[in-house]
Amino acid sequence: MAFRNPFAARRPSVTTPDRSLLVENRKLVETIDRRKVLRGTFSLGALSLLAGCDISDRGAVQSVLKTVSDFNDGVQAALFNPNKLAPTFSPDLVVKPPRFNAYYEIDEVKPVDVSTWKLELSGLIKDKRPWTLDQIYALPEQEEIIRHICVEGWDYIGQWSGPNLKDFLTRIGADLSAKYIAFYGNDDYMESIDMASALHPQTILATKYAGEPITDPFGAPLRLRTAVKLGFKNPKWIRAIEVTNTYPLGFWEKQGFNWFAGL
Amino acid sequence: MMTVSSRTRRMHPLPIRIMHWTNALSMIIMIGSGWKIYNDEVIFGFLHFPQEIVLGIWAQHALQWHFFGMWILVFNGLFYLAYGIATGRFARLFFPIRPREVVAEMVAALTFRLKHADLTHYNAVQKVLYVGVIAIIIVQVVSGLAIWKPVQFSFLVSLFGGFQGARLAHFLGMAAIVGFMVVHVALALLVPRTILAMLTGGPAVPAEDPHPEGAPAPTTPH
Repeated sequence: MAFRNPFAARRPSVTTPDRSLLVENRKLVETIDRRKVLRGTFSLGALSLLAGCDISDRGAVQSVLKTVSDFNDGVQAALFNPNKLAPTFSPDLVVKPPRFNAYYEIDEVKPVDVSTWKLELSGLIKDKRPWTLDQIYALPEQEEIIRHICVEGWDYIGQWSGPNLKDFLTRIGADLSAKYIAFYGNDDYMESIDMASALHPQTILATKYAGEPITDPFGAPLRLRTAVKLGFKNPKWIRAIEVTNTYPLGFWEKQGFNWFAGL
Repeated sequence: MMTVSSRTRRMHPLPIRIMHWTNALSMIIMIGSGWKIYNDEVIFGFLHFPQEIVLGIWAQHALQWHFFGMWILVFNGLFYLAYGIATGRFARLFFPIRPREVVAEMVAALTFRLKHADLTHYNAVQKVLYVGVIAIIIVQVVSGLAIWKPVQFSFLVSLFGGFQGARLAHFLGMAAIVGFMVVHVALALLVPRTILAMLTGGPAVPAEDPHPEGAPAPTTPH
């Protein structure tokens, strides 16, 4: 029976399936053959075979999936309406404290020493002088009561305030026609977003939650909060911001998550 | 003078067969990857999908599959709807649906007395199942859009009563589609000629004169 790799057309070098795939599923393949259901086309049996084994990490498959994910970045950028506001909520729906989430546990958080902390600026920015927390607190504050949505599927309503990111970028003379902004955390976390989302009216550099300074587990002293991205695109414990035209990727994208991750 | 064969066509024309199996493929991709995505934040505490039956090693792979499969599902589905409407296939095969017949034939089906002699004519139970699953898939795409773009399409989120409402609707839609697939595959296995028909085209039917409602079923060569 000819068992064709559905992605062979894209990768001519991979015309036969991995041997181990056939060996692993020999019994199943034989039953299908006996039933003579598969006549060179797809069948439910062959498809369940496809679903039943982990083929996601096989080179050709992963390359196709990654290409589609990159294509989806473009589709999402086209769908993104810079003037479309996210729904906002009343203060009594706010969850306190916010939900903790990081790639490590809450007791592994290394708090930022606020007395020595400075926000570093780099890339396509005219005035790269670092900012102290007092200087940031002196900026006009904007409050957003918005839904935080995690890529995993959970959500909660949070009340965040701090300087508007577009105002801040304008103030430091950032090149607003640049493509990307990258945010570096005090841990080894880094995420980047597109400029259009950075300039969205509901994107802020949050210093406060529910009117009080953000506490250590939730990104003190500064974190990004944008209403138009999934949770993981909102880095916490920010120590540096970079404006760039070079695609900077991000912590989760390196693991295979979609980069644009827009809501 | 026209011959009889030039005035006939297959019950399932080639485009229908291609779209049917493409849809089956996209459904398996969407359901398998959807189960893996669900596992990261379950809706029902008792329900986790075992790794053996999901698509994707980690959630990110499942997400990659899901947002790959959605293009197949949506474009194939749009072609199918356009084809079914434009050729009159939907009007001919799916309608009218008479509630009285649905009840009578449902009883007959459950007592294994439902006649299935003529493949070219869907009984009322089939009509309800096919139209129903098409409607559910459309709602499934809408709830999927609400989950994917809850800000850009925030009006869709409110249709489902919030973000978690949209997730629940998306889950229930999946459950309904899986339920359909179980019944669909079981019934097809009971009448294997129907599977063959979806592979090879099935019996010839008159091209010009669609099988009129209530008329005696044409005899088909089997």
